[in-house]
Amino acid sequence: MSERTAPPARPPSSTPPADERPPKPRPAPVPDSDSAPYWSAAHDGRLVVQRCVVCGARQLYPRDRCLKCRGAVEWVEATGRGTVYSFTVIRQNYTRPFRDQIPYVVALVDLEEGPRVMTNVVGCDPDDVHIGMAVRATFETVSDEAGIALFEPAT
Amino acid sequence: MSTPKGRRAVIAGVATSDYPLLPDMTEHAVHGQAADRALADAGLTFADVDGFATAGFFPMYAVGVAEYLGMHPVYYDETHAGGASFEVLVEHAALAVEAGAAEVVLVTYGSVQLSQMGRRLGTGGGGGGFAPGPAVYDALWGNTLVGNYALAARRHMHQFGTTSEQLAAIAVSTRAHAVHNPQAQEREPITVDDVLSSRLVADPLHKLDCCVISDGGAACVVTTAERAADLPKAPIYVLGGAHATTHHMNMSAMADLTVTPASQCGPIAFARAGVKPDDIDVAELYDSFTITVLLTLEDLGFCAKGEGGAFVEDGGIGVGGRLPTNTDGGGLSACHPGMRGMFLIVESVRQLRGEGGPTQVPGARLAVAHGTGGMLSTGATLVLGNEAP
Repeated sequence: MSERTAPPARPPSSTPPADERPPKPRPAPVPDSDSAPYWSAAHDGRLVVQRCVVCGARQLYPRDRCLKCRGAVEWVEATGRGTVYSFTVIRQNYTRPFRDQIPYVVALVDLEEGPRVMTNVVGCDPDDVHIGMAVRATFETVSDEAGIALFEPAT
Repeated sequence: MSTPKGRRAVIAGVATSDYPLLPDMTEHAVHGQAADRALADAGLTFADVDGFATAGFFPMYAVGVAEYLGMHPVYYDETHAGGASFEVLVEHAALAVEAGAAEVVLVTYGSVQLSQMGRRLGTGGGGGGFAPGPAVYDALWGNTLVGNYALAARRHMHQFGTTSEQLAAIAVSTRAHAVHNPQAQEREPITVDDVLSSRLVADPLHKLDCCVISDGGAACVVTTAERAADLPKAPIYVLGGAHATTHHMNMSAMADLTVTPASQCGPIAFARAGVKPDDIDVAELYDSFTITVLLTLEDLGFCAKGEGGAFVEDGGIGVGGRLPTNTDGGGLSACHPGMRGMFLIVESVRQLRGEGGPTQVPGARLAVAHGTGGMLSTGATLVLGNEAP
């Protein structure tokens, strides 16, 4: 088709085709007064959990009080070791950047200290992940103030 | 407050709107169509309505729908529990009419999400940006709505040996009912192999383990037995209701992925109704996914924890089976516009009136409608019956 007979150009789309767009970074959490120490520790390559100063219970996600006794909480180092409580292999997600990473593993990991976190299991074939699998934290910086804990097989 | 003695809440009218595809209707017009039909079914008009309830995704939603429909109710409610909202709203409406706070409560639902959003719902998100407050903790990992339910399915399989074939049996049974529903979105019979060979969306859930995505609405009219005595249809009694929650949007905050809020509110609703799970003739259970039905059957006490897989096999939840379930074709096949809870109540009432058509459960006297919302986060149980308690 020549330029002369081409139909009038459509107005430019606000959403260019996917392959023309710059890569979208992994989403970053916005720290707040509950969560800032958690994201900041992960930014420094450390996993921390909250411990109740009254009853000693450990918890995540970060809150202003102990879930068991409503006592005050403090931050303590975690080992970064845990086991897979459950997992799924995501094979359909139209949202970037995850669309470009399919298939990938979303898992719930029970930390050695007790709290359970959602995460991605990386560093292995998705088909090799199983419930009860031993995993350890590995960290990714996602902003100037925040890191996140991913998990990989503990070998 | 002084409470009138001896008032019993009943459902006097029910209706569904057109469904499953309504490209030429607004969401509010769907509410209106369902409301017109439910009021006609009850032999009432808008002039009789003094209470209104609905749930939507914006604050003051019920007030807005009341404005659109030209109502000025003196009782209104928009309690939001996701897919369980309408069981909660009808429980509240029953309490309201029994307390004398209202005489006739109209409860409506309307959605055009298929026409507005397409079929991608449930397979996006995980980007984190949308999540307000604590929801961020589970929102950074590319998980999807389907993925959350997949986590529960995987855990149930691990703990109890439940199989993909058993989950598929739920989809097959529900489709067999949809075959008889001329409005159903999907009406071609399917087999277990069809489910297992449909694409994996989030392991272990296949496309056919997931509900359809629809436009549609439904409505019911709650009033007293005394008022219903002069109305055309046999009253359906709200015998018991209860609701519960385990967590909000963070699956990491759900203590046990195999135990839903139904385990809390089910026993309370049965006790309030004075009946046992064994007494129930027909069940309308929220079926966002096959695993949702399996967990609900166990948690409501129709079978022991871990035995849901065996319960649904071999036609166990088909008409003529152990517990006929989702007799209209459910959200898995007939219609799922986002918050399906009202459809569960409409089909329960039709079954108890003997209006179930080809999937009528013969002689049904007691029905359970159970809604599930969020990420298995909320549950609400209604026990309905066609005889005065």
